[in-house]
Amino acid sequence: MAVQQLTGEDLADKVAAGVPDAVEGMADGVLRVKAPKIADVAGFMKSDAGLDFNFLNSISAVDYISHFEVVYHLTSLTKQHTAIVKTRLDGREDLSLPSVYHLWRGADFQEREIWDLMGISFSGHPNMKRIMLWEGFEGHPLRKDYL
Amino acid sequence: MPIQTEPMTVNIGPQHPSTHGVFRLRVTFDGENILEVEPIFGYLHRGTEKLAEERNYVQIVTLTDRLDYVSSMINNQAYCLAVEDLLDLEVPQRAKYLRTLTAELQRVASHLMGIGFFLQDLGTLGTPLMYAFRSRERILDLFEMLCGARITVSYMRPGGVFFDAPDDFWPALDQFLKDFETEYKEIEQLILENEIVMVRTRGVSVLPLDLAINASVSGPVLRASGLDWDWRKMDPYDAYDRMEFDVPIATGGDNYDRFWVRIQEIHQSIRMVKQCIQQIEPGPIRADVPLILRPKPGAEAYGRVEASKGELAFYLVSDGGISPYRCKVRSPSLINLTVTEHLLVGWKLADMIVTLGSLDINMGEVDR
Repeated sequence: MAVQQLTGEDLADKVAAGVPDAVEGMADGVLRVKAPKIADVAGFMKSDAGLDFNFLNSISAVDYISHFEVVYHLTSLTKQHTAIVKTRLDGREDLSLPSVYHLWRGADFQEREIWDLMGISFSGHPNMKRIMLWEGFEGHPLRKDYL
Repeated sequence: MPIQTEPMTVNIGPQHPSTHGVFRLRVTFDGENILEVEPIFGYLHRGTEKLAEERNYVQIVTLTDRLDYVSSMINNQAYCLAVEDLLDLEVPQRAKYLRTLTAELQRVASHLMGIGFFLQDLGTLGTPLMYAFRSRERILDLFEMLCGARITVSYMRPGGVFFDAPDDFWPALDQFLKDFETEYKEIEQLILENEIVMVRTRGVSVLPLDLAINASVSGPVLRASGLDWDWRKMDPYDAYDRMEFDVPIATGGDNYDRFWVRIQEIHQSIRMVKQCIQQIEPGPIRADVPLILRPKPGAEAYGRVEASKGELAFYLVSDGGISPYRCKVRSPSLINLTVTEHLLVGWKLADMIVTLGSLDINMGEVDR
């Protein structure tokens, strides 16, 4: 009865068929998608009857200096499987991703936190402002160049 | 002619005693009725995730204690599971049982505090809270026997636990379980069917299941809305695959149900503690690990447990160094707060604090 993790290989074909021109690759159980398509892919994974990812566990951002990675951990509470979706943002200035707020309300505070601490904004989020730190704080402390 | 009223905006907190920490609610009232709510936090933000990038893998255990500081053992467990996943470590059986045992005792302590403060928020000044704390103290004493600390325990380590239980721990635990049976019965008799508690909490601040799932709510709050989902069952870790227990479910999603689920979970936790005592066998308590841990470059892990507040997870990314490249905490208290606005708007001032108490948040974990 334990929860199964879907590997990128299982997912990639389905997602590629549902959302054309979105999948970048798959490796080590992770599905990589193009940044502008992330909300479309998430919407497909949520609405597809076979995947049915109705629960967003967490959104994390990682600073790799040359680029940023945003990682989505998803679970289907009905089909009892999980998946990891990653997307990549190049550069360090004016970073933006489509928000998944309208699919999962649970993204609300997590996307705000990523904006606050990592400096990646989410377009389509209705309340994109700092959450841990105060308005007027300079910089994004979880970035590797913030000392 | 009806009385004319005008909306008024009030700050509740951040220093208000009933917000359980430094938490602020910006509320607009029309008379007693709540029109708008905005939760504001970050007052306890210590940058735990940034600090973790500067410490080695074992040192970070001490940082996890300070997240949800009323359930440190479970935080330790989630973090250690993530590191073990990163390093492919196999944990000895005895350590798995010691972890399960202490995590369940910690859940009892945390839920007791949740119940006690919930009733305090309802206006039962003192008695139930002191009843709850009486039993919680005994659990903290047991932790002190194990590792010398009561709150910031740092008892678990990647690969196992730090100390084996001393010989006098087991009789003390037996004595606690014996006393707790009557102590807990007293608490239940006092509150569970209390008419005032029922009237004040039944049907108040209902959280529908579809919203709970959509807002990533987890733990007792999710189960009170009617979903049978517990990570201890769905993805068993440590010794949970050998534990027999039920997952208490309520269907109302109101304040009473959230409170009731916690009360029932304490029974299940005690059941698991007893099973651990029966099944535990002598053996090593920690895997043979080097002093400095170095996972492979590029390795990553998502260590997840069912904490007392919900799904607690550590997402670790390694670059091959002695400290994690990224250590993200998936905090259940923070994400459960997503539904505050839905729960409070339309209700009255007197229900506000009670509803907040029913969510059982911990600011150490919300702000990190």
